Amino acid sequence: MAANPMSQFDVYRIGPEIKVGAFDISFTNASLFMITSTVSILLIFNLGSKRNSVLPNKMQLLAELSYTFVAKMISDTAGSKAKPYFAFIFSLFMFVLFCNMFGMIPYTFTVTSHIIVTFILATFIFIGVTVIGFIKHGFGYLKLFVPSGVPAVLLPLIVVIEIISYLSRPISLSVRLFANMMAGHTMMKVFGGFVISLGLVGGWLPLSFSVALTGLEILVAFLQAYVFAILTCIYLNDALNLHH
Amino acid sequence: MIKKIYFQSIFFSFLFFKEAFAAESGGMPQLNPEFWISQVFWLILTFGTMYIVLSKFILPKISNNLESRKSQILENIEAAEKQREDSEAKLKEYDEIILKSKSEAKNMFNQTREKALKDIVAKKEVLDQQIDDEINKAEEEIEVLRVSAPDKINKIAIETSSELLEKLIGSGVNSSSISAIVDDLFRRHGDKYYGN
Repeated sequence: MAANPMSQFDVYRIGPEIKVGAFDISFTNASLFMITSTVSILLIFNLGSKRNSVLPNKMQLLAELSYTFVAKMISDTAGSKAKPYFAFIFSLFMFVLFCNMFGMIPYTFTVTSHIIVTFILATFIFIGVTVIGFIKHGFGYLKLFVPSGVPAVLLPLIVVIEIISYLSRPISLSVRLFANMMAGHTMMKVFGGFVISLGLVGGWLPLSFSVALTGLEILVAFLQAYVFAILTCIYLNDALNLHH
Repeated sequence: MIKKIYFQSIFFSFLFFKEAFAAESGGMPQLNPEFWISQVFWLILTFGTMYIVLSKFILPKISNNLESRKSQILENIEAAEKQREDSEAKLKEYDEIILKSKSEAKNMFNQTREKALKDIVAKKEVLDQQIDDEINKAEEEIEVLRVSAPDKINKIAIETSSELLEKLIGSGVNSSSISAIVDDLFRRHGDKYYGN
């Protein structure tokens, strides 16, 4: 089992099988790490918001820096109209970041390396953004598919391309995160396997690669959470401020 | 460099997959729908709970903390600015007081000095007057003495010489002749005995 680099993505049941109707909602290792991530987020930010001193302590500083980081990201990309969605984007960023980071600990499970999880998140964002767009602009939101300043001859083609690109948003958003996490973790596992198979003589080279890859993967874990959140902001910006 | 490693590792991992898949059936666990419903359920549950707790309880507190810190810092800056202005005004006042008291002290010093000088001059004049008076009086006395001294000396000389002659010779001598001799001597050598 350990030799297979894909076995780290196996989902298995922890505890008894729970069924609601025809649906199996058993507690799994994926559920365990979702709960771990959310509980850690809540604990850290609860600790960081408890005291209100003018000179913040470390936890408070962490919470406030994260807050201002996400707030700046949203106001830079989606403007001041996106303020009501701050809590959602903050939760999204923190959830993805913590799931990615927990996945970097050996023998843990990476929640975001499963296409179903990222796809549900992306689909929710897609549907939410579309609904917000239609509420704010009515059918005028369809103008999103008609860019200004395009020659009339090209217009049918452009509109089709725009619609396809719009509809592929949830797929691109979910596959980007899922594929990045899966590829990175698989690669680390492969190099780890090389260390074992090449032994004391030749194992040092893949070991050093493994160390370098760990650093790279931590960067990717942060970067993908950031990209996920900022793309959400950009989609939200399209829905709030119709530019086309 | 990293890119090269990346691609090489992907290549190697494909080799690995082939072996693995040959050994174990299955493929990507992500595409196995067995636990999809469970994952969706737990995702909605955990993420939803986290979103509600964050948006209702924690984020407002953090934003509140940030706002209150901002306003407090602004207030403090304002207060500090005000105190700075106050202290500058006080410093100015202090400087003025110092300057004023300095000039006052100078004035006082000058006045006192002048007064003291005047007193000294007046006292000196009085003293000079007294000293002059005393000197004059003493000079007068000396003058009187000087004038009367030769006569007395002559008289003493005459008496002494007449007594001396009487003892030596045994008989009285005419005192008038002796006084004539003394006068004669005095005229010739008086200057030598009485200075002047």
